[in-house]
Amino acid sequence: MGTKRSFFNRRLHSLLGVIPVGFFLVEHLFVNYKATEGAQAFTEQVEWLWGMPFLTALEIFGIFLPLMYHGIYGLYIAFQAKNNVNNFGTFRNYMFMLQRVTGVITLVFVMWHLWETRIYKEIHNLSAADLTEHMAGILSNPIVVVIYIIAIIAAVFHFSNGMWSFLVSWGITIGPRAQRVSTYVWAVVFVMVSYLGVSAVIAFADPSFATQLAQ
Amino acid sequence: MSEQTTVHLIVTRQDGPDTAPYKEEFHIPYRKNMNIISAFMEIQRNPVNSNGDKVAPIQWESNCLEEVCGACSMVINGKPRQACTALIDKLTQPIRVEPMQTFPVMRDLVIDRGRMFDALKRVKAWIPIDGSYDLGPAPRQAEIDRQWRYELSKCMTCGVCLQACPNVNSDSNFIGPFAVGQVQLFNSHPTGKMNKDERMDALLDDGGLQECGNSQNCVQACPKGIPLTTAIAATNREATKHMFKKWLTF
Repeated sequence: MGTKRSFFNRRLHSLLGVIPVGFFLVEHLFVNYKATEGAQAFTEQVEWLWGMPFLTALEIFGIFLPLMYHGIYGLYIAFQAKNNVNNFGTFRNYMFMLQRVTGVITLVFVMWHLWETRIYKEIHNLSAADLTEHMAGILSNPIVVVIYIIAIIAAVFHFSNGMWSFLVSWGITIGPRAQRVSTYVWAVVFVMVSYLGVSAVIAFADPSFATQLAQ
Repeated sequence: MSEQTTVHLIVTRQDGPDTAPYKEEFHIPYRKNMNIISAFMEIQRNPVNSNGDKVAPIQWESNCLEEVCGACSMVINGKPRQACTALIDKLTQPIRVEPMQTFPVMRDLVIDRGRMFDALKRVKAWIPIDGSYDLGPAPRQAEIDRQWRYELSKCMTCGVCLQACPNVNSDSNFIGPFAVGQVQLFNSHPTGKMNKDERMDALLDDGGLQECGNSQNCVQACPKGIPLTTAIAATNREATKHMFKKWLTF
């Protein structure tokens, strides 16, 4: 009898993908959507978030460490698979492949994004208003805007399809009908959350956003 | 009715377990109602390839010829399936035939499915009924359970689900979707239930149930239409309960 380490690791990977990593992604995109109401609204929202108790502990244990575990163990899972969509061109097999592709895209993007926002803010000791301005600066480059939009859609896809598999992996949706309904539900979530994320990026990239900042 | 007179086959051959595979083409005379096995038999009678060279006849395995034994599984036009039910009339030519390379290839299309039988032993896919005394009759089972178990019992260990699964490969130790179906089969039997924790412990060990990535190719590929993904998800639920039960009990 072995130690069942791989079972435990795999289930932990699945759980952390939802709580807290998935939850954080949705929260992050909901907050970002405030940018569509202007720079002032976004800055106030950031200030409110920064006022949370145990913020550093939440960031380390509630976001960073679970994210690293999910990302690194996920890379191992992604590169272990031998994709065969050419011979099995079914919807679920494409989802299986895309789950792995979007996972890798998201991980690479998150590293870069973390470096140019959270770590940059720490090094330069930015205020919420400074950060808003810094972000608008980053998104003034159209290539970066495209990269952000692709990465956000990839991340939201990974989350939505990951929720579908989470429900299967924990034995919540069992039969084909339940799994099909779950596919539709998460497809709707994918569209809605992607809309929030992409709207925020477009709001930041809008030249009028920068003008608001100057005032 | 058909106007074709020959059948064009491209076979991936291999002379031995340690030699490199190579492709060989054959043009054989067409007959009505041929399947891949009868095409191979034709090559056996006249082992000459498309270049006119006399070659060793193709080696393959087959027994029942009615898709219940699982011995003649191979990859035909990209899909793993049984050669006996692969009818020439329904296949696009040239017909590409390859061994299921997820398994060790012994020679030509002969593969070693031994890992599947090892997996069945590992998950204790049987019901212990032998005792030093009469154990008496088994409890009755509900009709609805019997129907579910009947579907699962159709597994013929053919290996198609392993070949179809993206997570069964040389980098992974996944024992394969079929084993999960077999654990369901024996864990849902009224007598088999008595040993369900032993099977679950074995199934959740390295390379077990958790290696499933939900590509759901197995259920699409299974020639017997076994509801493998339903069995996997149902076993996932059992595994969730099993895990919490163990944590909270011991």
